Amino acid sequence: MLRLSADKLDKLFSAISDAKELYLPVEENGSSKFDKWSEETQVNLNRLNTVKSPKDLFFPQSEDLMRFKKEGKKITVDTPDENCKEFVVFGVRACDVKSIEVLDRVFLSEPVDTYYESKRKAATIVSLACSEPEESCFCNIFGIDATEPAADVSTWLADDYLYWEAKTEKGEALTESIKSVFEQAEDTSAVDAQKENVKAIIEKLPLSGLNLDYFKNNDMMDIFNSEKWDELYEACLGCGTCTFVCPTCQCYDIRDYDTGHGIVRYRCWDSCMYSDFTLMAGGQPRTTQKERFRQRFMHKLVYFPMNNDGEFSCVGCGRCVNKCPVRLNIAKVIRALGGEV
Amino acid sequence: MQRVIDKVKELLANGVADRVLAWKVGEFPYDRIPGVFKDDLDGLCYDSFSACNLSKYLINETKKDGRVLVLMKPCDSYGVNLLIKEHRIDREKIYILAVPCNCKVDIEKIKDSGIKGIIDIAEEGDVLKINTVYGQKELDRRQVLCDKCLSCQGKKHVIYDEIIEDDEQQNIEKTDRMEAVEELEAMSPEERFAFWRSELSKCIRCNACRNVCPACSCNKCIFDNTDTGVAAKSNADSFEENMFHIIRAFHVAGRCTDCGECSRVCPQNIPLHLLNRKFIKEINELYGEFQAGEDAVTTGPLTFFTMEDAEPDVVYKKGRD
Amino acid sequence: MSRNDMLIPKVAVITGITTQTPDVKTYKVNAPEGGKPFEHMPGQCAMLSIPGISEAMISITSSPTNKEYMEFSIKRCGCLTEAIHALEEGDEITVRGPLGNHFPVESELKGKDLVFIAGGIGLAPLRSVINYCLDNRDDYGEIDIVYGSRTKQDLVGFEEIQNVWAKAPNVNVYLTIDNPQEDWDGHVGFVPNYVKELNLSVDKTVLMCGPPIMIKFTLQGLIELGFTKEQIYTTMELRMKCGIGKCGRCNIGSKYVCKDGPVFRFDELDELPDEY
Repeated sequence: MLRLSADKLDKLFSAISDAKELYLPVEENGSSKFDKWSEETQVNLNRLNTVKSPKDLFFPQSEDLMRFKKEGKKITVDTPDENCKEFVVFGVRACDVKSIEVLDRVFLSEPVDTYYESKRKAATIVSLACSEPEESCFCNIFGIDATEPAADVSTWLADDYLYWEAKTEKGEALTESIKSVFEQAEDTSAVDAQKENVKAIIEKLPLSGLNLDYFKNNDMMDIFNSEKWDELYEACLGCGTCTFVCPTCQCYDIRDYDTGHGIVRYRCWDSCMYSDFTLMAGGQPRTTQKERFRQRFMHKLVYFPMNNDGEFSCVGCGRCVNKCPVRLNIAKVIRALGGEV
Repeated sequence: MQRVIDKVKELLANGVADRVLAWKVGEFPYDRIPGVFKDDLDGLCYDSFSACNLSKYLINETKKDGRVLVLMKPCDSYGVNLLIKEHRIDREKIYILAVPCNCKVDIEKIKDSGIKGIIDIAEEGDVLKINTVYGQKELDRRQVLCDKCLSCQGKKHVIYDEIIEDDEQQNIEKTDRMEAVEELEAMSPEERFAFWRSELSKCIRCNACRNVCPACSCNKCIFDNTDTGVAAKSNADSFEENMFHIIRAFHVAGRCTDCGECSRVCPQNIPLHLLNRKFIKEINELYGEFQAGEDAVTTGPLTFFTMEDAEPDVVYKKGRD
Repeated sequence: MSRNDMLIPKVAVITGITTQTPDVKTYKVNAPEGGKPFEHMPGQCAMLSIPGISEAMISITSSPTNKEYMEFSIKRCGCLTEAIHALEEGDEITVRGPLGNHFPVESELKGKDLVFIAGGIGLAPLRSVINYCLDNRDDYGEIDIVYGSRTKQDLVGFEEIQNVWAKAPNVNVYLTIDNPQEDWDGHVGFVPNYVKELNLSVDKTVLMCGPPIMIKFTLQGLIELGFTKEQIYTTMELRMKCGIGKCGRCNIGSKYVCKDGPVFRFDELDELPDEY
């Protein structure tokens, strides 16, 4: 394991961004997000979760897919270059690392989404272990270890040092390119102590006892038909906050936009919470907010696992827990339907 | 709090309504979710965290049979009048219990103060005693009040059937609600443009502001109607989300009750209420003082005209200032 | 245009337009350099688009045995179909596909007696299978085609039905319209009732497509006659955007209509939520 003094983080960021673009959690204008690093950037590694997850870097909220030109009867299609500049994402929490694996299952399964794939290939992900989990955290119930995040490189901020450990070839390559900023960490007891400490905290968190057995052991249709949905959805405003702050929600819309000098076909995030999501000329299969609300949670807790070897498409990051305007969230749904240990 | 529950029990027992729309405890000690209770009042809660405006839920509730008892804070009661005036809800199907308010606490502000891992919160006078997994913390509630409460219209309920009188002394120092608007007005046009561009560009098009707004009660919003060509969930060009908010502000002009919910629910902390307040200020100056939702009958200043009304060139003249 | 992604369409040119009914036209489509834009199997779909308007999932009505061109029968019912109806021969559109699964013409349907039941524009996806079976006539048993529409003028492909299908060996064509009409001496009545009257042998396999109300009552009728859900196939339509099971729109339970469908057997649909 390598390390560098926490007050030299700027040196690390500057070294990384000498070769590649660097994205990391920044505070800006009363909000937080993963943004490009520069010397003026207000980096915040204390905040547990940015408002929007790093999903944006691989699957942007809005992305141009192609351009069309029409000349007389002729149509030509122009597509953006498939190559994406290599970049590094630093400070990704264990839950968000897992969320990228969830997105991989969608976008990298056949037929591969090359827009996602090119960004994914270009990225080196550096994770940051959690040192102070919050009450909205429940990644542990999905088997995620907040103290031992996966990714290309794992890091820990403990006792005024950043500890750095490459986990993949990509991670080794990045480490090699900036190795002059590090020193060898002979003693890693600070990391071990932090891990132990954080694990004890996680035990005490109010959501860490949530139980997923109900979703694992019951039939899809029984869960779908549960009477609990009638009460659960009641306060839902039908907004898209939970969807858009969610690191794994990946539904999208494709639309055309006439720029006045050619047509752009773009895709953008969409939400199954919106009434027009399934609306078509022939009718509306999900007529009420109850059905739309149910769809979102059925997808994460039942449909997705059925199609993906039992993997849930929730990572317990707690963003929806913190951001729902009327404080509904997946934890409430899990508890109401399935209870806890 | 207990007074409120007792009163609700009494009213339901008297048969004024067959159910009650109130706040329900949720996952965390600060979660207060709008909810309907019938016989079992378990979980009904009214306290410092009951910030959600319940008025808009009455649109759906009054479509159902029977009569609903609803708890109303002073600021929410304006929304009820507005919805009655706009024929969105049927007054006959509602029984309003006015509940006193001494400002609500913003959990985000508590967390922004560095408090994490909250397990329990107790209120003793102005002191919030917060039990966390990282130990016991204390905060003065006056430092973490919702922004919307700091410059609210006061403690007056504008519509109710029954009222629970306020027995607490108001000890919150309020700010003039137009103070921030005046700060914006004092900026140069370039600064102001830059301010709004940077704020509105944070928008993620979640529609929470619209969906929570008691003045946004169209059956189908133009932004949800794909046939209009303006429906967009994202930003086809970089000004699109700016336009969404500007158009929405125009649409609720003269109807916005200034309940502050739009800013409270915004996941990106955009001060949306400032757009609406600017409109309120302009309307007050051009057409005389008007408070939307003050009553359920007065015609709004932008829904009729007189020969003395401002001419469109007022925009040009104001813009020059 | 070298990038290979299922979201990126091919350009295609309209090489023929037939007006079938007052609101249905059938379009011949070729690759600009000639030939078909791509190969497909009966029941599969394609995303058709006029750039600047939108893209929509349309079933391919021509049979894969047609080696010269591809055909789409399009009913005018929305923004895009309205615009397609305004196109002329030589105009270009974009297509991407083939998308979705197909009727099991090479497996489960082989050797079977087949009953095709269609209402209105619902004939479009079945026409691909019918012509495929006729071109591989020895692989299938007796073929019954029950087809109904509101009026005689609304029957799609009347000429082909009368001149090709009705004259093919071991094929029975049963046409019906909803209400009596002056120049019509055939059957009058709704498809579900007609199907019951025909007293079809219950060892046949049914392929059905039409408006939801027709599907619902025909299915009921078939079950009453003694058919099982395992014998009945249909093809579904939901709002779709990506066509490759990613955008999430056409999700019914754990299935995506665009990827796992559009062809389903009714016993499969029984296991899914009723959200279609």
